[in-house]
Amino acid sequence: MSLAELICPAGTPAALRTAVDAGADAVYCGFQDATNARNFPGLNFTPAELAEAVAYAHARGTKVLLALNTYPPAGKVDLWRQAADTGARLGVDAFIVADMGVADYIARTHPGTRLHLSVQAAASSPEAIRYYCAHFGVKRVVLPRILTIPEIRQIRKEIPCEIETFIFGNHGLMVEGRCSLTNYLTGQSTNMDGVCSPASDVEYKRHEDGSMSSQLAGFTIDCFGADEKAGYPTICKGRYTAPHRPEGYYAFEEPISLNLSKLLPELIDAGVHAFKIEGRQRSKSYVRGVVTAFRKAVDDIRAGRPADMADLVALTEGQKQTQGAFETKKWR
Amino acid sequence: MTLNATVSQKSPLPGRGIAERLACAVVQPVLSRVVRRIASRHSSLFARLGPHQSTDFLIDPIELPFALHLRPDPQDLVLRAVPRDAAPRAGATIRGRFMLLLELIDSEEDGDAAFFSRDLEVSGDTEAVVRLRNALDDVDGSIAEETAAMFGRPGRAILSRLRRSYIPS
Repeated sequence: MSLAELICPAGTPAALRTAVDAGADAVYCGFQDATNARNFPGLNFTPAELAEAVAYAHARGTKVLLALNTYPPAGKVDLWRQAADTGARLGVDAFIVADMGVADYIARTHPGTRLHLSVQAAASSPEAIRYYCAHFGVKRVVLPRILTIPEIRQIRKEIPCEIETFIFGNHGLMVEGRCSLTNYLTGQSTNMDGVCSPASDVEYKRHEDGSMSSQLAGFTIDCFGADEKAGYPTICKGRYTAPHRPEGYYAFEEPISLNLSKLLPELIDAGVHAFKIEGRQRSKSYVRGVVTAFRKAVDDIRAGRPADMADLVALTEGQKQTQGAFETKKWR
Repeated sequence: MTLNATVSQKSPLPGRGIAERLACAVVQPVLSRVVRRIASRHSSLFARLGPHQSTDFLIDPIELPFALHLRPDPQDLVLRAVPRDAAPRAGATIRGRFMLLLELIDSEEDGDAAFFSRDLEVSGDTEAVVRLRNALDDVDGSIAEETAAMFGRPGRAILSRLRRSYIPS
Protein backbone atom coordinates (compact mmCIF):
# COMPACT_ATOMS: atom_id res chain seq x y z
CA MET A 1 0.00 0.00 0.00
CA SER A 2 1.22 3.53 -0.76
CA LEU A 3 1.78 6.03 2.02
CA ALA A 4 -1.30 8.04 1.00
CA GLU A 5 0.21 11.26 2.30
CA LEU A 6 -2.21 14.15 2.73
CA ILE A 7 -0.90 17.31 1.05
CA CYS A 8 -2.76 20.39 2.26
CA PRO A 9 -3.00 24.03 1.19
CA ALA A 10 -1.88 27.07 3.19
CA GLY A 11 -2.36 30.63 1.98
CA THR A 12 -1.31 32.25 5.24
CA PRO A 13 0.78 31.29 8.27
CA ALA A 14 -2.41 30.83 10.30
CA ALA A 15 -3.81 28.50 7.64
CA LEU A 16 -0.57 26.52 7.68
CA ARG A 17 -0.80 26.03 11.43
CA THR A 18 -4.44 25.03 11.00
CA ALA A 19 -3.52 22.43 8.38
CA VAL A 20 -0.70 21.03 10.51
CA ASP A 21 -2.93 20.82 13.57
CA ALA A 22 -5.69 19.14 11.52
CA GLY A 23 -3.36 16.33 10.51
CA ALA A 24 -1.65 17.29 7.25
CA ASP A 25 1.34 15.13 6.32
CA ALA A 26 2.66 18.01 4.23
CA VAL A 27 1.59 21.59 3.60
CA TYR A 28 2.24 23.50 0.40
CA CYS A 29 2.58 27.27 0.22
CA GLY A 30 4.20 30.09 -1.74
CA PHE A 31 5.86 33.48 -1.49
CA GLN A 32 4.11 36.84 -1.96
CA ASP A 33 5.12 37.20 -5.59
CA ALA A 34 4.79 35.79 -9.11
CA THR A 35 6.75 32.62 -8.35
CA ASN A 36 3.59 30.69 -7.50
CA ALA A 37 0.21 30.15 -9.11
CA ARG A 38 -1.81 31.68 -6.26
CA ASN A 39 -0.27 35.15 -6.34
CA PHE A 40 -3.40 36.73 -4.87
CA PRO A 41 -3.64 40.02 -2.93
CA GLY A 42 -2.98 39.63 0.78
CA LEU A 43 -2.12 35.96 0.44
CA ASN A 44 1.06 33.93 0.92
CA PHE A 45 4.25 34.16 2.94
CA THR A 46 7.16 36.50 3.51
CA PRO A 47 10.52 34.71 3.95
CA ALA A 48 10.35 35.45 7.69
CA GLU A 49 6.86 33.94 7.90
CA LEU A 50 8.00 30.88 5.97
CA ALA A 51 10.92 30.39 8.36
CA GLU A 52 8.50 30.33 11.31
CA ALA A 53 6.11 28.08 9.39
CA VAL A 54 8.82 25.54 8.58
CA ALA A 55 9.84 25.45 12.24
CA TYR A 56 6.22 24.98 13.34
CA ALA A 57 5.57 22.22 10.82
CA HIS A 58 8.82 20.34 11.36
CA ALA A 59 8.36 20.39 15.12
CA ARG A 60 5.15 18.45 14.52
CA GLY A 61 6.47 16.07 11.90
CA THR A 62 4.84 17.83 8.95
CA LYS A 63 6.68 18.63 5.72
CA VAL A 64 6.58 21.98 3.93
CA LEU A 65 6.51 22.08 0.14
CA LEU A 66 7.26 25.39 -1.57
CA ALA A 67 5.34 26.10 -4.76
CA LEU A 68 7.56 27.71 -7.41
CA ASN A 69 5.17 26.57 -10.07
CA THR A 70 4.90 29.46 -12.48
CA TYR A 71 6.96 30.13 -15.60
CA PRO A 72 9.55 32.94 -15.59
CA PRO A 73 9.25 35.25 -18.58
CA ALA A 74 12.20 34.79 -20.92
CA GLY A 75 15.38 36.20 -19.42
CA LYS A 76 13.74 37.18 -16.13
CA VAL A 77 14.66 34.24 -13.94
CA ASP A 78 16.17 36.04 -10.95
CA LEU A 79 12.98 36.13 -8.89
CA TRP A 80 12.54 32.35 -9.21
CA ARG A 81 16.20 31.63 -8.45
CA GLN A 82 16.12 33.87 -5.37
CA ALA A 83 12.93 32.16 -4.19
CA ALA A 84 14.56 28.75 -4.61
CA ASP A 85 17.67 29.87 -2.74
CA THR A 86 15.52 31.27 0.08
CA GLY A 87 13.43 28.13 0.28
CA ALA A 88 16.52 25.93 0.42
CA ARG A 89 18.04 28.12 3.12
CA LEU A 90 14.86 27.88 5.18
CA GLY A 91 14.82 24.10 4.90
CA VAL A 92 11.69 23.39 2.89
CA ASP A 93 11.26 19.70 2.17
CA ALA A 94 10.54 19.97 -1.55
CA PHE A 95 9.99 22.44 -4.35
CA ILE A 96 6.94 22.14 -6.58
CA VAL A 97 8.07 23.29 -10.01
CA ALA A 98 6.69 23.49 -13.53
CA ASP A 99 9.33 25.29 -15.58
CA MET A 100 12.30 23.30 -16.83
CA GLY A 101 14.67 26.21 -16.25
CA VAL A 102 13.59 26.49 -12.62
CA ALA A 103 13.84 22.72 -12.20
CA ASP A 104 17.33 22.73 -13.74
CA TYR A 105 18.51 25.57 -11.48
CA ILE A 106 17.33 23.82 -8.33
CA ALA A 107 18.68 20.45 -9.41
CA ARG A 108 22.13 21.97 -9.99
CA THR A 109 22.24 24.49 -7.13
CA HIS A 110 20.41 22.58 -4.40
CA PRO A 111 20.92 18.94 -5.37
CA GLY A 112 19.84 17.59 -2.00
CA THR A 113 16.32 19.02 -2.20
CA ARG A 114 13.38 17.07 -3.59
CA LEU A 115 11.66 18.27 -6.73
CA HIS A 116 7.97 17.67 -7.32
CA LEU A 117 6.54 18.31 -10.76
CA SER A 118 3.58 20.68 -10.54
CA VAL A 119 0.28 20.05 -12.23
CA GLN A 120 1.15 23.28 -14.04
CA ALA A 121 3.64 21.24 -16.10
CA ALA A 122 0.68 19.26 -17.49
CA ALA A 123 2.75 16.09 -17.68
CA SER A 124 0.17 13.40 -18.35
CA SER A 125 2.13 10.74 -20.27
CA PRO A 126 4.84 8.35 -19.06
CA GLU A 127 7.20 9.78 -21.67
CA ALA A 128 6.81 13.34 -20.42
CA ILE A 129 7.13 12.35 -16.76
CA ARG A 130 10.21 10.19 -17.41
CA TYR A 131 11.84 13.15 -19.14
CA TYR A 132 11.54 15.31 -16.01
CA CYS A 133 12.76 12.44 -13.83
CA ALA A 134 15.77 11.74 -16.04
CA HIS A 135 16.93 15.32 -16.54
CA PHE A 136 16.03 17.05 -13.28
CA GLY A 137 15.70 14.22 -10.77
CA VAL A 138 11.98 14.79 -10.16
CA LYS A 139 10.79 12.53 -7.33
CA ARG A 140 7.03 13.06 -7.63
CA VAL A 141 4.58 14.12 -10.31
CA VAL A 142 1.28 15.88 -9.61
CA LEU A 143 -0.97 14.48 -12.31
CA PRO A 144 -3.41 16.60 -14.31
CA ARG A 145 -7.05 16.00 -13.44
CA ILE A 146 -7.88 14.46 -16.79
CA LEU A 147 -6.93 10.82 -16.20
CA THR A 148 -9.02 7.82 -15.21
CA ILE A 149 -7.89 5.54 -12.40
CA PRO A 150 -6.94 2.74 -14.85
CA GLU A 151 -4.81 5.27 -16.73
CA ILE A 152 -3.12 6.35 -13.48
CA ARG A 153 -2.45 2.70 -12.62
CA GLN A 154 -0.82 2.18 -16.00
CA ILE A 155 1.29 5.35 -15.76
CA ARG A 156 2.49 4.27 -12.32
CA LYS A 157 3.93 1.11 -13.85
CA GLU A 158 5.87 3.09 -16.42
CA ILE A 159 7.47 5.88 -14.38
CA PRO A 160 10.26 5.88 -11.77
CA CYS A 161 8.68 8.48 -9.44
CA GLU A 162 5.83 8.90 -7.00
CA ILE A 163 2.36 10.06 -8.03
CA GLU A 164 0.29 12.78 -6.37
CA THR A 165 -3.33 13.40 -7.38
CA PHE A 166 -5.79 16.09 -6.47
CA ILE A 167 -8.69 14.75 -4.44
CA PHE A 168 -10.64 17.90 -3.54
CA GLY A 169 -11.17 21.44 -4.78
CA ASN A 170 -10.76 23.02 -8.17
CA HIS A 171 -11.75 20.66 -10.96
CA GLY A 172 -9.08 22.18 -13.23
CA LEU A 173 -9.73 20.68 -16.63
CA MET A 174 -7.93 23.22 -18.75
CA VAL A 175 -4.49 22.22 -20.03
CA GLU A 176 -2.74 23.54 -16.98
CA GLY A 177 0.26 25.76 -17.43
CA ARG A 178 -1.00 26.53 -20.94
CA CYS A 179 -4.27 28.35 -20.23
CA SER A 180 -4.18 31.93 -21.53
CA LEU A 181 -7.81 32.90 -21.10
CA THR A 182 -7.07 35.47 -18.39
CA ASN A 183 -4.35 37.05 -20.54
CA TYR A 184 -6.86 37.85 -23.27
CA LEU A 185 -8.98 40.02 -20.99
CA THR A 186 -6.60 41.39 -18.37
CA GLY A 187 -3.11 41.31 -19.88
CA GLN A 188 -1.90 39.37 -16.86
CA SER A 189 -0.76 35.79 -17.09
CA THR A 190 -1.96 32.91 -14.96
CA ASN A 191 1.22 31.04 -15.78
CA MET A 192 3.83 33.81 -15.48
CA ASP A 193 2.21 36.28 -13.04
CA GLY A 194 0.44 33.60 -11.01
CA VAL A 195 -2.97 35.22 -11.24
CA CYS A 196 -6.05 33.67 -12.77
CA SER A 197 -8.78 36.34 -12.89
CA PRO A 198 -6.90 38.94 -10.82
CA ALA A 199 -9.17 40.41 -8.15
CA SER A 200 -8.33 43.94 -9.30
CA ASP A 201 -10.13 43.17 -12.57
CA VAL A 202 -13.15 41.45 -11.02
CA GLU A 203 -16.39 43.25 -10.32
CA TYR A 204 -19.72 41.95 -9.05
CA LYS A 205 -22.92 43.82 -9.79
CA ARG A 206 -26.23 43.20 -8.08
CA HIS A 207 -29.32 43.89 -10.14
CA GLU A 208 -32.82 44.98 -9.15
CA ASP A 209 -34.26 41.49 -9.68
CA GLY A 210 -31.76 39.99 -7.22
CA SER A 211 -29.52 38.53 -9.90
CA MET A 212 -25.77 39.15 -9.82
CA SER A 213 -23.38 39.48 -12.71
CA SER A 214 -19.66 38.84 -12.48
CA GLN A 215 -17.35 40.79 -14.73
CA LEU A 216 -13.69 40.43 -15.57
CA ALA A 217 -11.97 43.51 -17.03
CA GLY A 218 -15.38 44.88 -17.93
CA PHE A 219 -16.59 41.76 -19.73
CA THR A 220 -19.59 39.98 -18.24
CA ILE A 221 -18.69 36.32 -17.83
CA ASP A 222 -21.77 35.12 -15.95
CA CYS A 223 -25.06 36.27 -14.46
CA PHE A 224 -26.51 34.27 -11.58
CA GLY A 225 -30.24 34.29 -10.91
CA ALA A 226 -31.51 35.45 -7.52
CA ASP A 227 -31.58 31.93 -6.08
CA GLU A 228 -28.80 30.42 -8.14
CA LYS A 229 -25.48 29.29 -6.61
CA ALA A 230 -22.41 31.19 -7.77
CA GLY A 231 -18.90 30.20 -8.84
CA TYR A 232 -15.49 31.80 -9.21
CA PRO A 233 -15.19 34.64 -11.73
CA THR A 234 -12.96 32.69 -14.12
CA ILE A 235 -13.47 32.72 -17.86
CA CYS A 236 -13.32 28.93 -18.06
CA LYS A 237 -16.39 28.71 -15.82
CA GLY A 238 -18.29 31.56 -17.47
CA ARG A 239 -21.65 31.22 -19.16
CA TYR A 240 -21.93 32.61 -22.64
CA THR A 241 -24.51 33.15 -25.33
CA ALA A 242 -23.95 32.11 -28.90
CA PRO A 243 -26.19 32.15 -31.99
CA HIS A 244 -27.01 28.47 -31.43
CA ARG A 245 -27.28 28.82 -27.63
CA PRO A 246 -29.10 32.09 -26.98
CA GLU A 247 -30.06 31.00 -23.46
CA GLY A 248 -26.39 31.01 -22.35
CA TYR A 249 -24.28 27.96 -21.61
CA TYR A 250 -21.03 26.85 -20.02
CA ALA A 251 -18.71 26.85 -23.01
CA PHE A 252 -15.68 25.33 -21.24
CA GLU A 253 -16.56 23.87 -17.87
CA GLU A 254 -19.03 24.37 -15.03
CA PRO A 255 -18.55 25.82 -11.57
CA ILE A 256 -18.14 22.53 -9.75
CA SER A 257 -15.54 21.03 -7.41
CA LEU A 258 -13.66 17.78 -7.51
CA ASN A 259 -14.38 15.44 -4.60
CA LEU A 260 -12.76 12.01 -4.72
CA SER A 261 -13.58 10.97 -1.17
CA LYS A 262 -15.32 7.82 -2.43
CA LEU A 263 -12.43 6.85 -4.69
CA LEU A 264 -9.60 6.98 -2.14
CA PRO A 265 -9.22 3.19 -1.78
CA GLU A 266 -9.05 2.73 -5.55
CA LEU A 267 -6.51 5.53 -5.89
CA ILE A 268 -4.32 3.98 -3.19
CA ASP A 269 -4.62 0.62 -4.90
CA ALA A 270 -3.61 2.23 -8.20
CA GLY A 271 -0.35 3.35 -6.60
CA VAL A 272 -1.03 6.99 -5.77
CA HIS A 273 1.45 8.09 -3.10
CA ALA A 274 -0.08 11.39 -2.08
CA PHE A 275 -3.46 13.11 -2.07
CA LYS A 276 -3.59 16.83 -2.69
CA ILE A 277 -6.27 19.21 -1.44
CA GLU A 278 -6.60 22.35 -3.56
CA GLY A 279 -7.34 25.75 -2.06
CA ARG A 280 -4.50 27.99 -0.92
CA GLN A 281 -6.84 30.91 -1.61
CA ARG A 282 -9.44 29.55 0.82
CA SER A 283 -9.93 30.32 4.52
CA LYS A 284 -8.76 28.57 7.66
CA SER A 285 -12.32 27.34 8.03
CA TYR A 286 -12.06 25.51 4.70
CA VAL A 287 -8.62 24.13 5.54
CA ARG A 288 -9.79 22.92 8.96
CA GLY A 289 -12.93 21.28 7.59
CA VAL A 290 -11.46 19.60 4.54
CA VAL A 291 -8.17 18.46 6.09
CA THR A 292 -9.92 17.06 9.15
CA ALA A 293 -12.39 15.13 6.98
CA PHE A 294 -9.75 13.64 4.69
CA ARG A 295 -7.35 12.91 7.58
CA LYS A 296 -10.05 10.76 9.15
CA ALA A 297 -10.93 9.10 5.85
CA VAL A 298 -7.32 8.21 5.01
CA ASP A 299 -6.70 6.90 8.54
CA ASP A 300 -9.85 4.78 8.31
CA ILE A 301 -8.73 3.27 5.02
CA ARG A 302 -5.21 2.59 6.26
CA ALA A 303 -6.71 0.83 9.28
CA GLY A 304 -8.88 -1.32 7.03
CA ARG A 305 -12.12 0.43 7.99
CA PRO A 306 -14.67 1.94 5.61
CA ALA A 307 -14.05 5.67 5.37
CA ASP A 308 -16.60 7.72 7.27
CA MET A 309 -16.44 10.96 5.33
CA ALA A 310 -17.97 14.29 6.33
CA ASP A 311 -20.20 15.99 3.79
CA LEU A 312 -18.15 18.76 2.19
CA VAL A 313 -20.58 19.95 -0.47
CA ALA A 314 -21.14 23.27 1.34
CA LEU A 315 -17.49 24.10 0.66
CA THR A 316 -17.57 23.26 -3.04
CA GLU A 317 -17.69 25.75 -5.89
CA GLY A 318 -21.25 26.28 -7.06
CA GLN A 319 -22.11 23.85 -4.23
CA LYS A 320 -21.76 20.98 -6.69
CA GLN A 321 -19.20 18.19 -6.75
CA THR A 322 -17.95 15.61 -9.21
CA GLN A 323 -15.50 12.74 -9.52
CA GLY A 324 -14.72 14.04 -12.98
CA ALA A 325 -12.41 12.10 -15.26
CA PHE A 326 -11.21 9.92 -12.37
CA GLU A 327 -14.55 8.11 -12.60
CA THR A 328 -15.07 8.27 -16.36
CA LYS A 329 -14.01 10.34 -19.33
CA LYS A 330 -17.74 10.74 -20.01
CA TRP A 331 -18.28 12.57 -16.72
CA ARG A 332 -19.73 15.60 -18.45
CA MET B 1 -32.64 31.62 3.65
CA THR B 2 -30.93 33.54 0.89
CA LEU B 3 -29.67 37.08 1.22
CA ASN B 4 -32.19 38.22 -1.35
CA ALA B 5 -35.10 36.66 0.53
CA THR B 6 -33.96 38.34 3.72
CA VAL B 7 -33.63 41.70 2.09
CA SER B 8 -37.03 41.50 0.44
CA GLN B 9 -38.71 40.90 3.80
CA LYS B 10 -37.57 44.24 5.13
CA SER B 11 -39.99 47.13 4.89
CA PRO B 12 -39.61 50.77 5.87
CA LEU B 13 -41.08 51.62 9.25
CA PRO B 14 -42.21 55.03 10.46
CA GLY B 15 -39.45 56.71 12.46
CA ARG B 16 -36.88 54.22 11.26
CA GLY B 17 -34.37 56.96 10.47
CA ILE B 18 -34.48 58.24 14.02
CA ALA B 19 -34.16 54.73 15.45
CA GLU B 20 -31.17 54.01 13.23
CA ARG B 21 -29.38 57.17 14.32
CA LEU B 22 -30.09 56.39 17.95
CA ALA B 23 -28.72 52.88 17.55
CA CYS B 24 -25.57 54.28 15.94
CA ALA B 25 -25.04 56.68 18.82
CA VAL B 26 -25.45 53.89 21.36
CA VAL B 27 -22.96 51.47 19.79
CA GLN B 28 -20.32 53.97 18.65
CA PRO B 29 -18.31 54.13 21.91
CA VAL B 30 -18.17 50.34 21.94
CA LEU B 31 -17.01 50.15 18.32
CA SER B 32 -14.25 52.67 18.89
CA ARG B 33 -12.96 50.72 21.85
CA VAL B 34 -13.18 47.39 20.01
CA VAL B 35 -11.33 48.50 16.91
CA ARG B 36 -8.49 50.11 18.89
CA ARG B 37 -8.08 46.93 20.92
CA ILE B 38 -8.05 44.64 17.88
CA ALA B 39 -5.62 46.88 16.03
CA SER B 40 -3.18 46.90 18.93
CA ARG B 41 -3.34 43.14 19.47
CA HIS B 42 -3.21 42.13 15.81
CA SER B 43 -1.07 44.79 14.19
CA SER B 44 0.38 42.30 11.69
CA LEU B 45 -2.89 42.18 9.77
CA PHE B 46 -2.28 45.67 8.37
CA ALA B 47 0.62 44.46 6.21
CA ARG B 48 -1.70 42.12 4.28
CA LEU B 49 -4.01 45.04 3.51
CA GLY B 50 -1.25 46.73 1.53
CA PRO B 51 -2.59 49.75 -0.39
CA HIS B 52 -6.11 49.11 0.89
CA GLN B 53 -5.39 50.38 4.39
CA SER B 54 -6.96 53.61 3.20
CA THR B 55 -9.97 52.03 1.51
CA ASP B 56 -13.39 52.77 2.95
CA PHE B 57 -15.28 49.51 3.52
CA LEU B 58 -19.00 49.42 4.16
CA ILE B 59 -19.91 46.31 6.13
CA ASP B 60 -23.66 45.84 6.00
CA PRO B 61 -25.21 43.34 8.45
CA ILE B 62 -28.64 43.18 6.88
CA GLU B 63 -30.70 42.62 10.05
CA LEU B 64 -29.10 45.41 12.07
CA PRO B 65 -30.47 48.95 12.00
CA PHE B 66 -27.15 50.36 10.77
CA ALA B 67 -24.11 49.54 8.67
CA LEU B 68 -20.45 49.76 9.67
CA HIS B 69 -17.90 52.02 8.07
CA LEU B 70 -14.37 50.62 8.35
CA ARG B 71 -11.18 52.32 7.21
CA PRO B 72 -8.34 50.04 8.38
CA ASP B 73 -5.66 52.69 8.34
CA PRO B 74 -3.37 52.12 11.33
CA GLN B 75 -2.60 55.85 11.43
CA ASP B 76 -6.25 56.88 11.31
CA LEU B 77 -8.37 53.89 12.24
CA VAL B 78 -12.12 54.21 11.64
CA LEU B 79 -14.92 51.86 12.67
CA ARG B 80 -18.24 53.59 13.08
CA ALA B 81 -21.90 52.77 12.87
CA VAL B 82 -23.69 54.66 10.11
CA PRO B 83 -27.36 54.85 9.11
CA ARG B 84 -27.71 53.29 5.68
CA ASP B 85 -29.12 56.48 4.22
CA ALA B 86 -26.06 58.40 5.42
CA ALA B 87 -23.39 55.83 4.58
CA PRO B 88 -20.19 57.21 3.05
CA ARG B 89 -19.21 56.41 -0.49
CA ALA B 90 -17.47 53.07 -0.03
CA GLY B 91 -14.60 51.58 -2.00
CA ALA B 92 -16.01 48.13 -1.25
CA THR B 93 -19.20 46.84 0.31
CA ILE B 94 -19.73 43.52 2.10
CA ARG B 95 -23.29 42.44 2.93
CA GLY B 96 -24.69 39.47 4.82
CA ARG B 97 -26.37 38.38 8.00
CA PHE B 98 -24.69 39.69 11.15
CA MET B 99 -23.73 36.31 12.54
CA LEU B 100 -22.37 35.17 9.17
CA LEU B 101 -20.15 38.25 9.05
CA LEU B 102 -19.02 37.58 12.61
CA GLU B 103 -18.24 33.94 11.80
CA LEU B 104 -16.31 35.04 8.71
CA ILE B 105 -14.21 37.43 10.78
CA ASP B 106 -13.35 34.50 13.04
CA SER B 107 -12.85 32.04 10.16
CA GLU B 108 -15.55 29.83 11.55
CA GLU B 109 -17.19 30.05 8.12
CA ASP B 110 -15.53 30.08 4.71
CA GLY B 111 -15.98 33.29 2.73
CA ASP B 112 -15.86 31.63 -0.67
CA ALA B 113 -18.52 29.12 0.36
CA ALA B 114 -20.72 31.94 1.66
CA PHE B 115 -20.24 33.70 -1.67
CA PHE B 116 -21.08 30.55 -3.64
CA SER B 117 -24.28 30.09 -1.62
CA ARG B 118 -25.16 33.77 -2.18
CA ASP B 119 -25.35 34.40 1.56
CA LEU B 120 -22.50 36.88 1.19
CA GLU B 121 -22.59 39.72 -1.26
CA VAL B 122 -19.63 41.89 -2.24
CA SER B 123 -19.45 44.88 -4.54
CA GLY B 124 -16.98 47.59 -5.41
CA ASP B 125 -13.25 46.94 -5.29
CA THR B 126 -12.90 43.16 -5.20
CA GLU B 127 -9.18 43.31 -4.50
CA ALA B 128 -9.87 45.34 -1.36
CA VAL B 129 -12.33 42.71 -0.18
CA VAL B 130 -9.91 39.86 -0.89
CA ARG B 131 -7.12 41.63 0.99
CA LEU B 132 -9.35 42.30 4.00
CA ARG B 133 -10.50 38.68 4.02
CA ASN B 134 -6.94 37.34 3.85
CA ALA B 135 -5.72 39.77 6.51
CA LEU B 136 -8.44 38.72 8.93
CA ASP B 137 -7.95 35.06 8.10
CA ASP B 138 -4.33 35.24 9.22
CA VAL B 139 -5.37 36.30 12.73
CA ASP B 140 -5.01 33.53 15.29
CA GLY B 141 -7.78 33.16 17.82
CA SER B 142 -11.25 34.63 17.86
CA ILE B 143 -11.78 38.35 17.39
CA ALA B 144 -15.41 37.89 18.44
CA GLU B 145 -14.39 36.23 21.70
CA GLU B 146 -11.74 38.86 22.37
CA THR B 147 -14.39 41.52 21.84
CA ALA B 148 -16.88 39.75 24.07
CA ALA B 149 -14.24 39.32 26.76
CA MET B 150 -13.74 43.09 26.86
CA PHE B 151 -17.21 43.30 28.40
CA GLY B 152 -16.73 40.52 30.90
CA ARG B 153 -19.29 37.88 31.68
CA PRO B 154 -22.23 39.75 30.05
CA GLY B 155 -20.25 40.09 26.81
CA ARG B 156 -19.40 36.41 26.72
CA ALA B 157 -22.99 35.47 27.49
CA ILE B 158 -24.32 37.60 24.64
CA LEU B 159 -21.84 36.07 22.18
CA SER B 160 -22.68 32.58 23.34
CA ARG B 161 -26.38 33.25 22.90
CA LEU B 162 -25.86 34.73 19.44
CA ARG B 163 -23.86 31.70 18.37
CA ARG B 164 -26.46 29.29 19.69
CA SER B 165 -29.14 31.07 17.70
CA TYR B 166 -27.11 31.08 14.49
CA ILE B 167 -28.05 28.45 11.96
CA PRO B 168 -25.78 28.44 8.90
CA SER B 169 -27.63 28.30 5.57
